[in-house]
Amino acid sequence: MTKTAHSAPDLAPPPTLEVRGGRKNFGAVHALRGVDLVARAGEVTALVGDNGAGKSTMIKCVAGIHAFDAGEVLFEGEQTHISSPADSSALGIEVVYQDLALCDNLDIVHNMFLGRELKKGFRLDESAMETRAAEVLASLSVRTVRSIRQHVASLSGGQRQTVAIARAVLWNSKLVILDEPTAALGVAQTEQVLQLVRRLADAGLAVVLVSHNMNDVFEVADAINVLYLGQTAAQVRTRETSRSEVIELITSGSLPAGAAAAATLSTTNANGSTTA
Amino acid sequence: MSTHTASRHDAPPSLLAGSVEQPTFGEAVTNYVSKVRGGDMGSLPAILALLVLLSIFVILKPETFPSTLNIANLFQQGAVVATIAMGLVFVLLLGEIDLSAGFTSGTCGAVLATVLTQHGWSWYAAVAAALVTGLAIGLVLGTLVARLGVPSFIATLAAFLALQGVVLLIIGTGGNISISDPVILAIQNKNVPPALGWAIGILSVVGYGVATLRTWQLRRRRGLLAAPAGVIAIKIAAIGLLVLGMVAILNQERSLNPLRTSIIGVPIVVPVIVTLALVLGFVLTRTAFGRHVYAVGGNAEATRRAGIRVATVRMACFMICSTMAAVAGIFAASRATSVDPNAGGSNVLLYAVGAAVIGGTSLFGGKGRIIDALIGAAVIAVIDNGMALLGYSSGVKYVVTGGVLAAAASVDAISRRRARSAGRG
Repeated sequence: MTKTAHSAPDLAPPPTLEVRGGRKNFGAVHALRGVDLVARAGEVTALVGDNGAGKSTMIKCVAGIHAFDAGEVLFEGEQTHISSPADSSALGIEVVYQDLALCDNLDIVHNMFLGRELKKGFRLDESAMETRAAEVLASLSVRTVRSIRQHVASLSGGQRQTVAIARAVLWNSKLVILDEPTAALGVAQTEQVLQLVRRLADAGLAVVLVSHNMNDVFEVADAINVLYLGQTAAQVRTRETSRSEVIELITSGSLPAGAAAAATLSTTNANGSTTA
Repeated sequence: MSTHTASRHDAPPSLLAGSVEQPTFGEAVTNYVSKVRGGDMGSLPAILALLVLLSIFVILKPETFPSTLNIANLFQQGAVVATIAMGLVFVLLLGEIDLSAGFTSGTCGAVLATVLTQHGWSWYAAVAAALVTGLAIGLVLGTLVARLGVPSFIATLAAFLALQGVVLLIIGTGGNISISDPVILAIQNKNVPPALGWAIGILSVVGYGVATLRTWQLRRRRGLLAAPAGVIAIKIAAIGLLVLGMVAILNQERSLNPLRTSIIGVPIVVPVIVTLALVLGFVLTRTAFGRHVYAVGGNAEATRRAGIRVATVRMACFMICSTMAAVAGIFAASRATSVDPNAGGSNVLLYAVGAAVIGGTSLFGGKGRIIDALIGAAVIAVIDNGMALLGYSSGVKYVVTGGVLAAAASVDAISRRRARSAGRG
């Protein structure tokens, strides 16, 4: 019980989500071989990496679709175990998947409340849901939607993304994970969604942004977490790094010798020195 | 041009802030027209088809087709198909099919007749036995489809064959179990006393009007988008006219020999079906379960990720469908006053699927309403009845009904394509 530096929680609140040494095997395939992630409230943490680096597996483990085989997960400083989607949503984790998971034949309100409908006795409380949905969209400064009673099928890609994100924040969630939210969008819509992502963080949520797009990452992220072949290569502050450094981390898993960034690198980079 | 589109995108912030600019009557009409043109036709084609068919038969058979006797007959003929079709809507909304619904109704009818006639059960125990049989069949089908993942086409085709056998086994080849219970027979053969008919009719119209107006007021007060007053008024007036008009027609004497027997009043089966339709419609549109049925039909994966137990929803839909088939089996037994080995066979199932699809329920899932099944069943009953009056053979009737079904399915497919290109898909 010696007092150490990290026993002063009032100085810096614990991160909303912290993953330490997460591992996941699918049979003989080692999808995750030691991943670390720190996502703080009020910040956008980008999760980047090449195809097959383990980004999707990692967010699925956090979302409870898979469970980590080994490693620690801390939520707001508390050790926790996420083994089902219900666990993760109980903690306040919401995931916006790349394919958005919206029902085209339902309207915006119905989609936002799907699975968590507001009820008056047996009946759906349509007007309460509609009012609440309108409030959330307004609080996110969404102005592009004509009517919240229109079917999702009639929305543009950016609008659909907006609905999916609005649904994620409807539930006083603490951590929102966005999987490639701008992948299929045009320039203007990408900009709108990125602004929305920034507003989420500014509103005090922890945001994890999975992205391939360096422009997006450097525009909104406060921290960048790089995965390389199922391991965390590094988590760096955006303002302390550069595009070329991040790309180097993505493609080789480490920085070339002499690129004095060791201070910002995570210590779990096991194969760093050999591959460089 | 560009400023025009920009202003259109910037204009509606007020909408989300809570105070909506309510559409005028003209705007509501324009919106509806553009909705229909965009491929979202609902049951409009079926209603138009129904009106055309009614006009044709009234013109060709002016003395028999629109007679009150025949109108009452139409309701009683259409009851079985309409009831099965209402249950099928649940399964069709999932994007699944239940080919066994016809023989489910036959099996349940046979169970009803057996316990009633051969075991001397009271009518309510017999009805309960029939309903439980339907529920059990639905449970088995739901387990096969939702838990084991057998395609519904195959699972229910198997049940179609098996239940056909079950009906034969219960009744025996060439056999026939007659029904003499007065309550069961009354459903399809007796009428509501005229005064009670008026009372029910007026009460339901007033109830509908009050409920509609209250919802409308609430939405206005909360600043939510609400239909203009004119549209609401027209809706209530149309429902009132339809219901009270039907009561007025059916409350006329229709006996061919009024001195010997008097036949007067709304057939009992009509309020029973309307009640079933209201309950099922409520379940589909006003409860979370109903919302989940549409969601599963729209995007099962999204529904699963939203934390909804998709398999449970699927199971429940198959159970509702089979239970409704059981109700239809009771109606059929009541109408025929007996159950034979072919009960629920021949065209019963295909007419029911046809009714749901003609009414506007999509075979692709996610789109359809209970009222669609009733409208579609009306179309089929009118064709069946009208062509019989015109003296056409069964062969011609089948060909025409098949043609109407093909047309309805084509309308469904075309409207889906239009909807996709209009972004309503």
